[in-house]
Amino acid sequence: MAHDTHHPGTGQDAPLWPWLAAAVAALLGLAAWTQFSASPPVALQQLAKWLPTLLLGLGANIGISVLAMALGTVAGLLIGALSLSTLAPVRGATRLYVQVFRNAPVLVLVYFSTYVFPFELQLHHWRLPFPDWIKVVLGLALPASANVAEIFRGAVQSIPSAQWEAAQSLALSRRDIFRLVVLPQCVRRMLPPWMNLYASITMATSLASLVGVHDVVDAAQIASNTVSRTDFTALIYASLLLLFFAYCYPIARATQALEARHARH
Amino acid sequence: MPATDAPKNPPQKAVPTPLVSLRDIHLSFGANEVLKGISLDVLPGQVVSIIGPSGSGKSSLLRCITGLLRPQLGTITVGATRVDRLRHEAELIALRRRVGFVFQQYNLFPHLSVLDNLVLGPVRVNGRPRDEAEHQARELLQRVGLAHKAAAYPGELSGGQQQRVAIARALAMQPELILFDEVTSALDPETVGEVLTVIRELAEDGMTCVLVTHEMRFAAEVSDEVVFTEAGRVVEQGPAARLFGNPQQERTRAFLRRALGASLGSQSYAPDNKVVALPIDRFRFAI
Repeated sequence: MAHDTHHPGTGQDAPLWPWLAAAVAALLGLAAWTQFSASPPVALQQLAKWLPTLLLGLGANIGISVLAMALGTVAGLLIGALSLSTLAPVRGATRLYVQVFRNAPVLVLVYFSTYVFPFELQLHHWRLPFPDWIKVVLGLALPASANVAEIFRGAVQSIPSAQWEAAQSLALSRRDIFRLVVLPQCVRRMLPPWMNLYASITMATSLASLVGVHDVVDAAQIASNTVSRTDFTALIYASLLLLFFAYCYPIARATQALEARHARH
Repeated sequence: MPATDAPKNPPQKAVPTPLVSLRDIHLSFGANEVLKGISLDVLPGQVVSIIGPSGSGKSSLLRCITGLLRPQLGTITVGATRVDRLRHEAELIALRRRVGFVFQQYNLFPHLSVLDNLVLGPVRVNGRPRDEAEHQARELLQRVGLAHKAAAYPGELSGGQQQRVAIARALAMQPELILFDEVTSALDPETVGEVLTVIRELAEDGMTCVLVTHEMRFAAEVSDEVVFTEAGRVVEQGPAARLFGNPQQERTRAFLRRALGASLGSQSYAPDNKVVALPIDRFRFAI
């Protein structure tokens, strides 16, 4: 989805060097270990064997990040809209929410949601299990929603009042002005910071392993303990870095491309 | 339309009903009194220019006419509408459908193409079918010499082009009256002429216009009536020829001396030789 780094207009200014640097570093690291351990293929063989497990783990990370972001976006837009309310108490409450969850360490929020929510929900005689990965989703959705709310509020307020005046002069209703003039301009302004936020939420999913979710970090730990070779441990964590990089870097590039396009129009 | 009432009156002595009528308008922003009792009439088909030093409340006056600002005192009538009494959004919308506004900073919608800027109002507000609105929009773009820019975005146009689109956008609503708020002040001298040409043609076609302007020569040329305001009051008003040719007030004379001197020194807009040739098909509004 976000892998199309080569936008037509930005083809030449999308440098390949971060990829090359990462690949060279990996090869150098491998070569170094080859020198000392004198058993080159074993680590690689093991990596090939464990790679499906790693990718499966990464799938969990991506799933958690997508869900957390979706939830955070919906909640954030709602809170952001409330933060523009004319009622002072409503504004105050949303301010508090935004400040508290934007300024809390994500790890604390992940632990918080893990231990605050029960492990199952009792609805009448239905028992709904409340697995850890959902708690992680909630833990990440909290800061995501606070950030989305702030991004939304900033975007709406950055639309010049002259746009309102112009739209009013065209006899548009307030509803239409908001829907057809203000919001579309907000979406454009929000998209780059929103994608940045998604990338950082994705990276924060690596905390999921700390509360027992079987994610890519957890998979790497298991692999590392099972194989129990220093060179393999280094290799697998290097692969972890590469996997996250391969997922997040295109998002960052696409964000930059969007910002460049925004600057032109 | 108010103009059609005319035949009822005896042709000679009739005093036409003003389309816009301001009486004793007072407007303050907090302690800052911007308008201190302005009265003004605009007859249908008339072009009235408001001139005067910056900060004399000219733009605020225009905003009062279209209900963007509400005066603390005084009455504003547009046609049969008492603008100063409008409270509900629906009433203001009904007024603004009849009154176009062109801003100093163009204020086009940057996320919409030129064509969509022109189509938005007619479709959303007047409920016209989209293809019909597009057809009219293209005609208007042709009229302001920008038919080839229909698909462009405002950010891709020069200031003068954006301002011509803004005028076309106001025209697309088929207003009875257009208010121009210093529409050439943000333009570089090169492009002032192309915008003034469009306004001149509108005036010739009988559109009722109220202009706030610093282009004295243009005001002298197109206006039926000129109003000189200073510090929130009307100092002098009268037919363009008299106000520019034989101003009665010393204050007006001093202002014109400086303003005309300055505009002589600066790049003039040269109406006859440098502007794009515009198709001068008579433009009529069917309401």
